[in-house]
Amino acid sequence: MGSSTCYDNDLVNLEATELRLGLPGRHEPFENHPMKTSTSSIKRSIDETTGEEEEEDSGGRPKVTSSKAQIVGWPPIRSFRKNITVHPKSKVGREESSSSSDAVGTYVKVSMDGAPYLRKIHLGSYKGYDQLLAALQTMFRITIGQYSEREGYEGSEYAPTYEDKDGDWMLVGDVPWEMFATTCKRLRIMKGAEARGLGCGV
Amino acid sequence: MNYFPDEVIEHVFHFVESNKDRNSISLVCKLWYRIERFSRLRVFVGNCYAISPERVFARFPFMKSLFLKGKPHFADFNLVPDDWGGFLYPWIEYMARNKVNLEELRLKRMIVTDDSLELIAASFANFKSLVLVSCEGFTTDGLAAIAANCRFLRELDLQENEIEDHRGQWINCFPECHTSLVALNFACLRGDINLAALERLVARSPNLKSLRLNQAVPLETFHRILVRAPQLVELGVGSFVNDPESEINDKLTSALQKCQSMRSLSGFFEVTLSCMSAIYPVCENLISLNLSYAPEIPGNELIKIIQHCRKLQKLWVLDCIGDKGLKVVADSCKELQELRVFPFDPHGVRNGAVTEEGLVAVASGCLKLNSLLYFCQQMTNEALITVARKCPNFIRFRLCILNPTKPDAATMQPLDEGFGAIVQSCKGLRRLSMSGLLTDRVFHYIGSFAENLEMLSVAFAGDSDAGMLYVLNGCKKLSKLEIRDSPFGNVALLMDVRKYETMRSLWMSSCEVTMGGCRTLAKMMPRLNVEVINDSGDLDKHGDDNQVVNKLFVYRTLVGPRKDAPDFVWTL
Repeated sequence: MGSSTCYDNDLVNLEATELRLGLPGRHEPFENHPMKTSTSSIKRSIDETTGEEEEEDSGGRPKVTSSKAQIVGWPPIRSFRKNITVHPKSKVGREESSSSSDAVGTYVKVSMDGAPYLRKIHLGSYKGYDQLLAALQTMFRITIGQYSEREGYEGSEYAPTYEDKDGDWMLVGDVPWEMFATTCKRLRIMKGAEARGLGCGV
Repeated sequence: MNYFPDEVIEHVFHFVESNKDRNSISLVCKLWYRIERFSRLRVFVGNCYAISPERVFARFPFMKSLFLKGKPHFADFNLVPDDWGGFLYPWIEYMARNKVNLEELRLKRMIVTDDSLELIAASFANFKSLVLVSCEGFTTDGLAAIAANCRFLRELDLQENEIEDHRGQWINCFPECHTSLVALNFACLRGDINLAALERLVARSPNLKSLRLNQAVPLETFHRILVRAPQLVELGVGSFVNDPESEINDKLTSALQKCQSMRSLSGFFEVTLSCMSAIYPVCENLISLNLSYAPEIPGNELIKIIQHCRKLQKLWVLDCIGDKGLKVVADSCKELQELRVFPFDPHGVRNGAVTEEGLVAVASGCLKLNSLLYFCQQMTNEALITVARKCPNFIRFRLCILNPTKPDAATMQPLDEGFGAIVQSCKGLRRLSMSGLLTDRVFHYIGSFAENLEMLSVAFAGDSDAGMLYVLNGCKKLSKLEIRDSPFGNVALLMDVRKYETMRSLWMSSCEVTMGGCRTLAKMMPRLNVEVINDSGDLDKHGDDNQVVNKLFVYRTLVGPRKDAPDFVWTL
């Protein structure tokens, strides 16, 4: 078969084994290969430090975005299993235990002013405010300023707030992390004038 | 062997249990074919559409046990529409009508209805065992019919099914005279259960060896059950929640200590952590531990439990065990053969809590490891190469990096070399799932080295048709190939069409095959069913050859296109 000799050519095609400094997916090892029917369109480079993603889109292939929930069927686990671990406390015929503030199982809703839909995050997966704020900034593609006890969040028009179990809206960062994680019921990222108002010690 | 009477040959065949061997035996000569078919009691049908009930029972008239599989594997991950197919009813209806003496039924990924269950209960007087894995379409009413009517039922095993729970009294339906139960697993039911009826059932089942409870069974009931059934070998705990001050805890500890035969533990859907120490004495003899449904047990408690499990052979956990916990596994569980690490938080922002370090640790410490399913945050070639070197005995190797195109975390290179090392070193590898950044090169390795590979799962991998072709050309024993989101098209699909008759099935979704390619394949190979699944409604059935086919399922069959396909499934 003529095609089998093409495979042998790949072996001696040193380009395939050449070390390159570029990020993977940027090279086309089979550029002139007669078997090739498409450009490498699946590869995406993921910048680990900034958490941003560059997308190559060709041929209408489904995009891999920073929210894995958008890829159907990924990760490959049975839906049955997903239901059990995501809502460990929600059972048929029982009320959700609101007094249980075990951070391990806590998902909280996050809203941002001006965003069309809410997100949900798992507080137990963060170890502190830095990680939480970094995640929120990635998730909503915004910058939240620097926290200070006096000024609130300086340097941007966004301020993260949360509703605690007494129903009050608090600025994220005022209390120790553990206390926050166990008392936070939901998050809201405020924007604009309202957000700035919080920083003025009102 | 020609000089032996048939009865002697049949007696020899009786000792051959594996169906693969029996299939080989039946090819030797017509006499052996005839003797074998009359002596086969357990029949396995890997694809319910490859053959019809009529033909199965025509060939094996004395069949007592049937194992049927329905939907393609990717149905587990919502890639196959619900009503694609895999209906049980026609099989039951045929068997009932033709008075087959069915005693055991095992099903995977099939649509089971209450009607089917009721028909089973009404038709097979000696029915003994029902095992349903990843099935759906039925309710607890169907279970009630089985419980009420199958007088000799020994085993009812429900694994990860989607069952509509009517919170009725199905467990009451076991009659008082029913004392033959050996195994009962209803862990996947989400509703409440009649606890008193459950306790009475356990009390009158002296042969009960395996019992897996659901989340609705509280600790008090669990304790009473343990007292009644200290002979249990396999136990699935429901809810392990208790007031730590309660005196039940001491009673529980002593009840557990009396369970000398206990070898397998699972469940723990919810727990009170301070009560967990009650299970430590049981851990010493455990060979199987499944805590993958116990999201409330954190890593440090998992470590405490595992340190007691010195004889463990099979471990399923959530990734909150962490690399640190896996190092403890490596130190404590020297007999470990199978490890599965599931993601605690599949869609969360956090990418998973185990890395290549945990895997290397386990591979280095557990030299008998042969089966792996590992969901992790990242992987490196170096780690995979080390694992391949330390554990050449892998039969099943499934690695899932939560970000599906992530490269080697240290070098940013594709993971071709790592997986290449695995297939090269593990000569007995039968099943492989890959993820991460992968080029055509990894497929070249697989085609060259994976001689015993039977099942390969590919996602977001490869650069060109060459990748798929390496596998089709090289893996002689390939039976199931499933591919998603990879750049393989008509050239790969059509290069060796005869290959698909040597395989059970091929699945391709979000690849680059077109209607033209599928039509050509169907035309060239009449003994394949080439199914185009148009659930998105994008395709025109009589339209252009250039339309890209989003979901394609190809399988060999002796009975032609199926008649139960829904509108959006076209057999070309």
